[in-house]
Amino acid sequence: MRRETATTPADAASYYGRGIVKEPVWTWEIPWYFWAGGTSGASSVLALSARRAGNHRLARAAHAIALAGFAVSPPLLIKDLGRPERFLNMLRVFKVTSPMSVGTWLLSATATVNGVATALSATGRLPRVRHAAEWSAAALGPTISTYTAALLADTSIPVWHEARHELPFVFAASSAASAGAAAAMFVPPEDAAPARRLAIGGAVAELGLVELMEKRLGPLAEPYEGGRRAAPYAKAAKALTAAGAATMLLGGRRRPAAIVGGALVLGGAIAERWAVFRAGWDSAADPKYTVGPQRARADARG
Amino acid sequence: MKLFASGTVNGPAAYPDSYGAEARERVGFFTDTSLCIGCKACEVACKEWNLVPTADPVWTGESYDNSRELGANRWRHVAFVEQRVPLREADAGGDALRWLMSSDVCKHCTHAGCLDVCPTGSLIRTELGTVVVQEDVCNGCGYCVPACPFGVLDQRHTAYQEYEEDGRVWKCTLCYDRTKDGLEPACSKACPTDSIQFGPLDELRQRADERLERLQEEGWTGAQLYGRDPEDGVGGFGAFFLLLDRPEVYRLPPDPVVPTRHLPQIYAAAATAAVALAAGVVGAVLGGRR
Repeated sequence: MRRETATTPADAASYYGRGIVKEPVWTWEIPWYFWAGGTSGASSVLALSARRAGNHRLARAAHAIALAGFAVSPPLLIKDLGRPERFLNMLRVFKVTSPMSVGTWLLSATATVNGVATALSATGRLPRVRHAAEWSAAALGPTISTYTAALLADTSIPVWHEARHELPFVFAASSAASAGAAAAMFVPPEDAAPARRLAIGGAVAELGLVELMEKRLGPLAEPYEGGRRAAPYAKAAKALTAAGAATMLLGGRRRPAAIVGGALVLGGAIAERWAVFRAGWDSAADPKYTVGPQRARADARG
Repeated sequence: MKLFASGTVNGPAAYPDSYGAEARERVGFFTDTSLCIGCKACEVACKEWNLVPTADPVWTGESYDNSRELGANRWRHVAFVEQRVPLREADAGGDALRWLMSSDVCKHCTHAGCLDVCPTGSLIRTELGTVVVQEDVCNGCGYCVPACPFGVLDQRHTAYQEYEEDGRVWKCTLCYDRTKDGLEPACSKACPTDSIQFGPLDELRQRADERLERLQEEGWTGAQLYGRDPEDGVGGFGAFFLLLDRPEVYRLPPDPVVPTRHLPQIYAAAATAAVALAAGVVGAVLGGRR
């Protein structure tokens, strides 16, 4: 009996077409955290700015949104761990070389000062400490919105690592849009103008920055356009964000427009995080994304 | 607290200085794939010595490779490259089936991405210069998995003996329990052709240079050392290879770079974006009517 031997005539430059870098093992909690933490971070700044500007209703809403996001973030992160009961091991070292370590400390600090500010404003005690806590929360907040992009960029996943200059700005814009959209949904229209501006401005910036990121990635951006796992989210993100911004812009001071438009912008931001997240899987699965740029680099060196 | 677990990312490695008088000579593997016969004794010996759980073999239908890849439950993996390629002139030319075999393993990089990004300090560099996961510390955050440029580490999902519902990451330890007592790792010990050689890294590099020279003299034009160069993107491998073709043929990245090499750029972008975000929010509040 003659046995057939399998050969690979098609692509000699790969091992049966299998990916080189591993697909991430993170689960659904992570993109939701990226969104919730990012929204909270931007909302901390919105809360303080609105208070300083004398817009107390907006300040209260933004503060509540920040607090809600920071409250759900740690449970999401802990649940994603392979060994959740060991989450405190995150705090046994501080490592600059690990954006996850830096982020854990930042999130711990930000959530703590937010809690302190909330407790003190509820009791009306220690105004100076409260003041310091509010300013600290506003100063730390934006880092929670962008460090998550640094975390993704500091990996060997081509679509993340090669977007290291743009990804933090995408997350920043998306966080701004979410913070504005969420606040605009809960604040009466007469006090919500800054939130609407933030939502619309953030959404437009998000769309532009995603475009820029994809352009600079060149062929590595393929997962966003045609990736089995990423492309549906990427398309949804663009459509929802654009529709939300348009609704809020055309609806002006009408409350229903703020609610519908705000929800669309929030949906767009969630989809955007999922698109980036899943693009990592598509980027890892095909060896051409890993080999292509590296081979070009090696050949250029000679 | 340790700020730089493996030394400055772009500069010289902290090891061996970090260990002071306790530092020992850096050891590693030289895997000479030109000698590999694909017997998989290394895979088996590794599993036996390290109590690595079984992973169901898969009928790939491509080659004799039914263990597919390195992962939490496979710390040595023998690749079978089967391709129809032109023969050497010396072998009368023509077309033939080429069968390349190669035993892959963790590279124990000089600048290890997995170690750099590990947020718990579970991943360490040992006094022998190898990279090891401390399983009693690992909390399964999974950051090292996509950080590794080679796709070596993975999370273990199998329940096995005392490791029920594991969730931690596992990889080659270069048999830390054996090497620290002066024994050679299980895989190299079991290798019947000396395709896997263990020893002090300097000695292995010298031996590899001589072997490469000989193969090139014999007309193996594709022969090359992979990971021998201390100036490469990961500062050289602790476990390096002699390949008979380009790395990507064996599913190895042709020019790996530790992701943390670009950390200054990454942090700069994140910090700038955070400042821009704050400015944008303040601008939206102050920039017009209520």
